[in-house]
Amino acid sequence: MISAKNVSKRYGAVQALQEVSLDLHPGEVVALVGDNGAGKSTLVKVIAGVVGPDSGGVTIDGEPAHIGNPHDAQRLGISTVYQDLALCENLDVVANLYLGAERRKWSLLSHIRMERSARDLLTSLDVRIRDIRVPVAMLSGGQRQSVAIARALIGEPRLVILDEPTAALGVEQTAQVLDLIRRLRERGLAVLLISHNLADVRAVSDRVVVLRLGRNAGEFRTADATQESIVAAITGAAA
Amino acid sequence: MNAATVTRKPYTPKEAVERLRHGDLGAWPVVGALVAIAVVFGSLNEHFLSPENLTNLALQMAATGTISLGIIMVLLLGEIDLSAGSVSGLCAVVMAILSVRQGWNPILAIVVALAAGALVGLLHGIMFTKLRMPSFVVTLAGLIGWQGLLLYLLGEGGIVNLPFDGFVAKLSDTWLPAWLAWTIVALLVLTSGGSSLVNRRLRLAAELPVPPAWWAAVKIGALTAVLAGAVLVMSADRGVPLLLVIFGTLVVAFDLVLRHTAFGRWMYAVGGNVEAARRAGISVTRIRVLAFVLSSTLAAFGGILSASRLSAVNQGSGGSDILLMAIAAAVIGGTSLFGGRGRTYAALLGILVIQSITNGMFLLSVDSSVRYMVTAAVLALAVAIDSLARRGSTT
Repeated sequence: MISAKNVSKRYGAVQALQEVSLDLHPGEVVALVGDNGAGKSTLVKVIAGVVGPDSGGVTIDGEPAHIGNPHDAQRLGISTVYQDLALCENLDVVANLYLGAERRKWSLLSHIRMERSARDLLTSLDVRIRDIRVPVAMLSGGQRQSVAIARALIGEPRLVILDEPTAALGVEQTAQVLDLIRRLRERGLAVLLISHNLADVRAVSDRVVVLRLGRNAGEFRTADATQESIVAAITGAAA
Repeated sequence: MNAATVTRKPYTPKEAVERLRHGDLGAWPVVGALVAIAVVFGSLNEHFLSPENLTNLALQMAATGTISLGIIMVLLLGEIDLSAGSVSGLCAVVMAILSVRQGWNPILAIVVALAAGALVGLLHGIMFTKLRMPSFVVTLAGLIGWQGLLLYLLGEGGIVNLPFDGFVAKLSDTWLPAWLAWTIVALLVLTSGGSSLVNRRLRLAAELPVPPAWWAAVKIGALTAVLAGAVLVMSADRGVPLLLVIFGTLVVAFDLVLRHTAFGRWMYAVGGNVEAARRAGISVTRIRVLAFVLSSTLAAFGGILSASRLSAVNQGSGGSDILLMAIAAAVIGGTSLFGGRGRTYAALLGILVIQSITNGMFLLSVDSSVRYMVTAAVLALAVAIDSLARRGSTT
């Protein structure tokens, strides 16, 4: 289990996070919701090692973990897919999946080994791309999102953080990506989903964690929660 | 795994058009241009397609082509190197002064000149990455500054003649005997055919899709035809020039490095999306510095080849239109100015186009004013294709 414990972070005069805690279990999709400025991105950045917290921190299986930079986070099995995907559009799907982690013998790329495991990975995630050797520029938005998510799995992570994965997608492609998120759960991964779209959140998550003004503002089992109660927690109407 | 996934299906016409719109034109526009040039100049002047003239063409290509190859290394990152011409002249002068005035061993002089080129590139790379100066400005300063150093080194005399029977001058006056040329062709065809066969079997063993067998056969056949045709023509004259073999070897070697090593993959990655490359843990700074080092080193080598052709270096070495021709060749050959797209063969094809136009116009005794305008039109066309392709891929 990966947890954020009592995380606080201040940017100048702004208290971005105050004593925020969050538990992430294997095989569970947790949706992190909240209004703009609620502290979602700051919390994600702390877990992903992009910024350091002022106090509190991340524990892995109860042990405090030292996460000083994104590399540490990756080594500890925390993988993040940012909203801009960070794909090289001129490279093909295989090259993007293994970017920076190329399988190679001496300095020579093992093209066949990478393509074989790329196909296996995409097939196991049921991602359908007709020709994985074409540049990513030629794929649809949903396919690109799928490639970005698949890439997060290359390092065999325990936790995958998805930042607004459906924000730029149409209805059908959103459904594809949500299916993909369910398959990540079936693989036993912990998934942290940041989203503004409550319909998506309700469709795919097991648990909803609400942040408001940098504090924990409620936690729901998705199956039991109504849309109204979540919205109330986000806006503070209930308080 | 069923049969449908094992053989990659050919593209339908609609998908093919889609690929074209996305800038996947490959080498076809250049090949078309070459055929057009051959037909036009061939019909206007009977000497254009003669073995003697085509052999001269091959000889003229090598120096600027090598500089163009270096330019491609920085263009792949979406940067530019305006100093390549000056650096080529400077390093040729260094080589000439060491080997002639100082009486060094010519090979040692060449090695030192190449090292000087690498050092210049390192300086450019550091100014670009550490001082964050735009590559345009860094290399524009280089264009002027290295030209100045060249003039300073040459001093009063202004010219250094290389002995005609010396090693350097001999480089461009060595011709491969027919048996050696044919052996090289046979080796190239066998290696390329063999590796494509081995690759095909490995892919089938890994249950990966392979292109249809006839397509591989067509490719090997085309390679054989082109190589055999070239050797046949040049053997009818003096033989295959060593200079062309050196240039060709560089093009092939750098293509293999770019496509099959992690370094090459990272070059394309940095050219495609710097931020993605950085987040993937690639040392963007190192790749950038290396690209500038490669560019200047290849420029130095091109300068030495050029000096070898002239058997001299002078104040005009690496000057006039060499730089613009090298950049134009890279772009005409299909290297994108926006980074991340292009192969080393662009240097070979592009310089072939430019040099054919130059050579053809010279045979027709057309004024150089017209030659400049025609070359400019071809360059503008190539950049227009590149820009349209880029727009197609981002919308």
